[in-house]
Amino acid sequence: MGVNASAIVSNRGEQENPHIAMAYFEDAVKERVEAVQDFSLLAGRSLSNLFSPPRYYADTLLQADLIGVGSLPIVVLIGFFTGAVLALQTSSTLQQFGSLSLTGQLVALSMVRELGPVLTGILVAGRNASGMASELGSMKVTEQIDAMRAMGVDPTKKLVTPRVIATVTMLFFLSIISDFVGLAGGWMISYLLLGLDSNQYWTTAYQALRFGDVFMGLSKPVVFGFIIASVGCYYGMSARGGTQGVGRATTQAVVSASVLIVVTDFFLTKLLMQIFHY
Amino acid sequence: MASPAAPVEKPSPSATNQPSTLLNFEKVSIGFEQPVLEEVSFKLARGETKVLLGEAGTGKTLILKLALGLIKPDSGRITVLGEEITAMQERDLFSLRRQIGMVFQESALFDSLTVEENVAYRLIEETGDITDEIHQRVLEALDFVELKETYSLFPSELSGGMRRRVAIARAIITQPQVLLYDSPTGGLDPVTSNTIIELVVKQRDVYETGSLLVTHRLQDAFTMASHYFDRKLNKMAPVEPGSSRNVHTTFVILRDHKIIFEGTAAELLRSHDQYIREYLS
Repeated sequence: MGVNASAIVSNRGEQENPHIAMAYFEDAVKERVEAVQDFSLLAGRSLSNLFSPPRYYADTLLQADLIGVGSLPIVVLIGFFTGAVLALQTSSTLQQFGSLSLTGQLVALSMVRELGPVLTGILVAGRNASGMASELGSMKVTEQIDAMRAMGVDPTKKLVTPRVIATVTMLFFLSIISDFVGLAGGWMISYLLLGLDSNQYWTTAYQALRFGDVFMGLSKPVVFGFIIASVGCYYGMSARGGTQGVGRATTQAVVSASVLIVVTDFFLTKLLMQIFHY
Repeated sequence: MASPAAPVEKPSPSATNQPSTLLNFEKVSIGFEQPVLEEVSFKLARGETKVLLGEAGTGKTLILKLALGLIKPDSGRITVLGEEITAMQERDLFSLRRQIGMVFQESALFDSLTVEENVAYRLIEETGDITDEIHQRVLEALDFVELKETYSLFPSELSGGMRRRVAIARAIITQPQVLLYDSPTGGLDPVTSNTIIELVVKQRDVYETGSLLVTHRLQDAFTMASHYFDRKLNKMAPVEPGSSRNVHTTFVILRDHKIIFEGTAAELLRSHDQYIREYLS
């Protein structure tokens, strides 16, 4: 017949390859959709648990201590130096326009509306989303979460909801502290290096802030806190594959939470700017 | 074997109005890319112990997780204590699970809690704290597994065998109607394994709890089928040859996703099935 067998094999291979590639693509898409679905369910349950007993007050307080008090030194340090460097960097530009006196206003708006909540959120994500993912991940791979379920205890109520409440509450207060120490850092540079009057710095800083700025600065930590806790808990609760899986879950939690904070910040800022007519 | 604890008394049966069938698997199938169980059916009666045998990967542990509702089957019905769990939501399953005790393969003790807090976990969930009554019940449960003195230790301070015994204490503290043991003697030395099996036999004969026991050790399975717990001597004793004593223990062997044998130890030994003969040898 004169048919070349290798040509048939080659043709078959070419025909099958797109199917295999399509199957891989389908599996990858399904996996992502399933992950989003699982995350949404966990996040939803962590909130709906607020309205049904049992409530784990002691666990919530413990988490609040770990997240809030534990993160305080690093938040204060980073907030202070962010405010300081902000004053330092902007001073030369402001000086060119003869507006050095606006340093307080610039630091206040930048810290309260943006840098305070976002930097604090990213810091807490790095510190606590990783902690949550590794702790819950270890519990998952050693069957402690299954043991909890087997004993009739809902792990989302016992482990997730207290972490969500604690992170949202603590991030709110940590952001306020970060804003304040950032302003203090800006004041230190303005007073000691730029020779600005203390009273002028604090007055311009205070007078620059409108209700919309404060609302923006206080609503962001609530959203970011929810993202940090729900993402950290999701990766922990879905960890698989022993210690390596726990390590992977920890890294993914920090990366996802940080990226989500930055992306959400953009859309939240856009939305709030429209609401408050900026 | 460790010296037995104080003699135990048989508790008053608390569940006389409960269904006689504790667990009922009807044509249960489940798979993860490949089928693991296909149309598996069996029943567990009150006071009965079923020993699940089979090669690794045949779905023995999966049966325990299905019985607890930790995993849902792809098809079939599972009824636990008269309630069909395959149709139940996770939230509704929590109350049912409180009537079931599970001993996990690697104990699954909470490593950040003490032995006392681990054993009392279910009770603390109800009261919020360790009361004097709970402390007493913890000591009784630990006494049952002969580890009364370890209540203030952390799981990391215990040996593998001790952790298994603490896991048994945690599972029995609320006197569940069904107990699920996942390889309770896996990886343990023969002496410790025998201690664990004695505890399982004690639970079976003293409290008449229905149980499913997964094991890879045939010796453990036959010990369970040939021994009873003597309350007077407070230790496990062999059933006399020709005795009419019923140890309420049956064997289930899984192979190729299905149950290939279900019956007593005597029936198992009489089997002419080529695979079973090889498995037993």
